[in-house]
Amino acid sequence: MSIRERMSGNEAVSYAIKQINPDVMAAFPITPSTEIPQMVSTFIANGEMDTEFIPVESEHSSMSAALGASAAGARALTATSSCGLAYMWEILYVAASDRLPIVLALVNRALTGPININCDHSDSMGARDSGWIQIYAENNQEAYDNFIQSFRIAEHPDVSLPFMACQDGFITSHAVENIELLETEVVKNFVGEYNPENYLLNSQMPMAVGPYANSPFYMETKYNQRMAMKNAKKVILDVAKEFEAISGRSYGFFEEYKTSDADVAIVIIGSAAGTSKEAVDKLRENGIKAGVLKIRVFRPFPGKEIAEALKNVKYAAILDRAESFSAYGGPLGSEIKSALYDAKSNCTAINYFYGIGGRDYTVEAAEGVFEELIDIMNGNKEIEQFKYIGLRQ
Amino acid sequence: MAQASDLSKINEKSPYYDITPGNQIYGGGGAREFHTGEWRVKTPVIDWNKCTQCLLCTPVCPDSCIAVKDGKRQDFDLDHCKGCGICEKACSFGAITMKEGI
Amino acid sequence: MDKSIEIRWHGRGGQGAKTAALLLADVAFNTGMYVQGFPEYGPERMGAPITAYNRIGDKPIRVHSNIYNPDYVVVVDETLLHSVDVTKGLSKDGAIVINTTQDKKEIIPLLKGYEGRVYTIDAHKVSMETLGKYFPNSPMLAAIVKVADIMDKDVFLSEMEASYKHKFAKKPEVIEGNMNALKMAFEEVK
Repeated sequence: MSIRERMSGNEAVSYAIKQINPDVMAAFPITPSTEIPQMVSTFIANGEMDTEFIPVESEHSSMSAALGASAAGARALTATSSCGLAYMWEILYVAASDRLPIVLALVNRALTGPININCDHSDSMGARDSGWIQIYAENNQEAYDNFIQSFRIAEHPDVSLPFMACQDGFITSHAVENIELLETEVVKNFVGEYNPENYLLNSQMPMAVGPYANSPFYMETKYNQRMAMKNAKKVILDVAKEFEAISGRSYGFFEEYKTSDADVAIVIIGSAAGTSKEAVDKLRENGIKAGVLKIRVFRPFPGKEIAEALKNVKYAAILDRAESFSAYGGPLGSEIKSALYDAKSNCTAINYFYGIGGRDYTVEAAEGVFEELIDIMNGNKEIEQFKYIGLRQ
Repeated sequence: MAQASDLSKINEKSPYYDITPGNQIYGGGGAREFHTGEWRVKTPVIDWNKCTQCLLCTPVCPDSCIAVKDGKRQDFDLDHCKGCGICEKACSFGAITMKEGI
Repeated sequence: MDKSIEIRWHGRGGQGAKTAALLLADVAFNTGMYVQGFPEYGPERMGAPITAYNRIGDKPIRVHSNIYNPDYVVVVDETLLHSVDVTKGLSKDGAIVINTTQDKKEIIPLLKGYEGRVYTIDAHKVSMETLGKYFPNSPMLAAIVKVADIMDKDVFLSEMEASYKHKFAKKPEVIEGNMNALKMAFEEVK
């Protein structure tokens, strides 16, 4: 029986953490993720869970403490945002190469410069090459559901990689919305106990973690990480299937919203996907075949599958919520274009930037993108790549 | 639980699939298999006539190459001694000399 | 209610406009609706103008943007009328509810020609008479529930009573005052 509730995205993730009751959480507060360690430590203080909470003096330390705990054999996690993630940078790579299944509840926020507390994806997109699995949520429900699936995916022996569960700062983290929760027993049975085969505290079999690996070993180590990330694709789908059996909610690499017969589509990550779907429905009322491809899994990158999903779409707008300052495309735009090229796709992709630093993305903005795609399709407009949506000019 | 790693099989010729996830090494004392003594240019030589068994040399060896048995230091473990010469400096009795070409 | 409505709250940091929006989301949720309640975040501190939003309807809510064309606006602090364009984008088929001690005739000229319905309530008076302290939240919540016809008065009151019993489990003495504030606000909003 699911439980009908209303919660913010941060409450939803904190509730999932309470239900899972992991062994160790290390955290340092930063807006807009602060509520997560705050709520979890309150649950612990109230005796509702018995996770060992480690308050630390920085994010470099929270990730280091999570890493140490995970190597010791504990199910470990942390939470952060923006500059907090940036400050973890060094240890993110260590966690991935050490193959430790740490889970990080990331509440996406713009990286400082200029300082800004609102949502964009520059923090997690900057960490996209660190070797972490990255899954993004559209709303509080998905933030909750993704988090419950996170440890299962990360800890799977074929994967054994750290996991970043991302949601949009403030837009979902601080918005109270309806949600369907699972019963704690159901969550516990689904997630199960973490019993790693090898761990530092095992006195029967001492082990070394993270040894020096210079050039004769480094490439093999990276290739093994690559294989694990590749294996994660199957595990993500398998875990989603099992999750559907307990929740009735189905998940994949992405959500195809009315894309099968669409002429034009928006490809987007996170909370703006729902806003785009609203625009799709409005346009469809006027006979325009529009659709939305919402990317849920960005690492591993499901390039082939995305190209397949877009094969009948004539013009796709790929919306990036992070700059990459290549003076060319954004991270999502560049990777999807590369996947379309390899698939010899006939879909023309146009890369836009939107929502940077929390700039609001409205139904009207999404409609504007679709209208531009239609104009291009009808030969009434030239393609213009890399536009900033909502830029004052 | 994994078997203790057979370090003779993890080397610079090992294909990627023979290397453990995260390069983890199972089983203690793996460093024993790694003969850092091969790096040595100068070798410590002890003059047992001058050695007073004060044991000042033992704790300063960074590679634990001066074992103690029944309260007395043993000869150098030259499989692992890198020839740093710290023991020579630590010896107050001139009993240890670093020599080349041994 | 057969249509989704959008509400925008204007208040000052510390007055509880955000809390009121979340309370409204709560009470609408409790009567089976789909809700969204969220503040617009910035570097605001005590006293700075803040905005909060509600979407309420009978279908799941997918849009995650701010609200630019609200059906209703609630102004928790009348001094904002001079500095914030509170009726901006407000539907003329909707209404605005303003917490003020002034007469409606004096308020209307401040609304930049807004053609829709205008309601006022002296939440200060309601709050002082029922709670003995100034908490504009409860009266403004009752006022918008009535004006926007979000739910039946009796349903609203019984839901709020249940919610207060939970919220104030450790100080039940304040429940009656808050309930009286809601009831009085229902009568006072005009």
